[in-house]
Amino acid sequence: MSTVTRPIVSAAPPRLRVTQARVIHSEWIKFWSLRSTVITLAVAVTLMIGIGLLASSMSGSGAAPAGPGPNPGDLGPVDASLAGLTFAQLAFGTLGVLFMASEYSTGMIRSSLTAVPKRLPLLWGKIAVFAAVALVTGLAASAIAFTGGQALIGDGAASWTDPGVARAVIGSAVILAGSGVLGLALGALLRSTPAAISTLFGVMFLLSGVAQLLLPDSWGDRVVQYLPSDAGGAFTAVSVGDGLGPWAGLAVFLGYVVAVVGGAAWRLRRFDA
Amino acid sequence: MIEVHELTKRYGAKTAVDSLTFTVRPGIVTGFLGPNGAGKSTTMRMILGLDRPTSGTATINGRPYAEHTAPLRQAGALLDAKAVHTGRSAYHHLLAMAATTGVPRARVDEVIDLVGLHEVARKRAGAFSLGMGQRLGIASALLADPEVLILDEPVNGLDPEGILWIRGLMQGLAAGGRTVFVSSHLMSEMALTAQHLVVVGRGRLIADVSVADFIERAALESVLVRSPRAVELHDLLAGPGVTMLSVERGAFEVTGLAADQIGDRAATAGIALHELTVRRPSLEAAFMELTRDAVEYQTVGAAA
Ligand SMILES: Nc1ncnc2c1ncn2[C@@H]1O[C@H](COP(=O)(O)OP(=O)(O)O)[C@@H](O)[C@H]1O
Ligand SMILES: [Mg+2]
Repeated sequence: MSTVTRPIVSAAPPRLRVTQARVIHSEWIKFWSLRSTVITLAVAVTLMIGIGLLASSMSGSGAAPAGPGPNPGDLGPVDASLAGLTFAQLAFGTLGVLFMASEYSTGMIRSSLTAVPKRLPLLWGKIAVFAAVALVTGLAASAIAFTGGQALIGDGAASWTDPGVARAVIGSAVILAGSGVLGLALGALLRSTPAAISTLFGVMFLLSGVAQLLLPDSWGDRVVQYLPSDAGGAFTAVSVGDGLGPWAGLAVFLGYVVAVVGGAAWRLRRFDA
Repeated sequence: MIEVHELTKRYGAKTAVDSLTFTVRPGIVTGFLGPNGAGKSTTMRMILGLDRPTSGTATINGRPYAEHTAPLRQAGALLDAKAVHTGRSAYHHLLAMAATTGVPRARVDEVIDLVGLHEVARKRAGAFSLGMGQRLGIASALLADPEVLILDEPVNGLDPEGILWIRGLMQGLAAGGRTVFVSSHLMSEMALTAQHLVVVGRGRLIADVSVADFIERAALESVLVRSPRAVELHDLLAGPGVTMLSVERGAFEVTGLAADQIGDRAATAGIALHELTVRRPSLEAAFMELTRDAVEYQTVGAAA
């Protein structure tokens, strides 16, 4: 058994200790070593670009009125090119859920927490890796969708320097990453892929419609603007609507993300693995 | 060294671990023995900080596991079920585990070779057999070459060759000065592997003894008696401290009397004996005997 009892390396043993940077590195390895993650990420990017280009080509041929801004009954050039945002949000959200909840469904969480028994660094590491990957790929996707979309629209296309355009394009990446982190945190809070995905979808895509349907008109709009979907939408809108302003929208949206991450941290810290 | 003090875990109304106190010392293999549901896995999870004790403490090398700066260096664990993401390769699983603590990549290759997973290291862990999964679990336990090894039923699912391998591995690690704490519900397995036993039943400590003492204590003899007048002989032998168990028609087993006492009494009464055999119980039987109270307590508890 000499192989077993041999010291870990013969010369200059490395400083073995857990650091936040090392946990981030570990989560980076975990992220890229799962085929399902990589495929879901590719799907998310494809949805963002594909739907944006499709909507742009239709809006171009339909000879939409020129200029950025909302056009009743039709999408403006910016909104058309970013039309994939909703579906990409679904995909990034699902990716976030999978990245965390699959640790519970497979039992991997017990290995992860044996390596990082202080627990919270694991959640921070996952969020850091996920947010970085989602921001970069989300930004690439929304930039490609926007530039490609404007090329397809041709006449009346918007440019990066038009008011609100840069915010809408970069903001889309922020909303994508935020939705993903929300999914991740829900995965940690609920510890179940189906429960977290249905909660996420319900909150992001159904709640607004249901609220509008059920609440009386007089204050329905006032409530709905504070829902995560509408608050996030306010941030990526090119021109300010009658709801929240873009920065207020971002603040409310991120407020939800932070709150659920807080819940996830509490569950991770307080409960048996 | 593992020190467990008054450790208790309740899940709702169910007490899985009940004021356990014991110490696991370095340099030997310590078996953690008990029937299924005795609380072995729960105790191990609490030692590793995965489950929070209802009360009591567990430390590894003087501190709670989570308070070490490099926990994997202090203790390596193989938990009962596969604790691996099924979609990830064994190699990447180990690489990610190693990365948390700064264990070099070369060591990952080393443990893969050590457990004999070289051929399949790049395959999805979900496609692994139970035995391969156990080997992967042992590889991750050994990653940072820890002082303490905590292995929950490591021979589960292993073929005979794998069982021999793991026995040798544990004994080698203990001989090298490590603390090896291994659970099993099989006494026979522990008798071959361990030098010391912590025996539990229904979450309670039943015995904390060396294997040698346990075997000696267990060597309570019984005598198989066969006679054409078994019923008469049975009545003749009855008395305080004597228990008799009918084996088949015309034969029964006696504990509490030596073979010569039985033979003499039969001769005095003029009863013919067709067989008089001294039986030493197997270790498994001794273990059953030892944990019987704990099991009975369970039945009574459930009925109440
Ligand atoms: N998470 C849990 N929730 C509820 N009961 C549990 C849980 N884990 C274990 N138990 C119960 O605690 C007892 C001890 O289980 P366990 O530690 O797995 O025993 P062993 O490993 O000795 O077979 C069992 O009765 C089991 O059903
Ligand atoms: Mg068990």
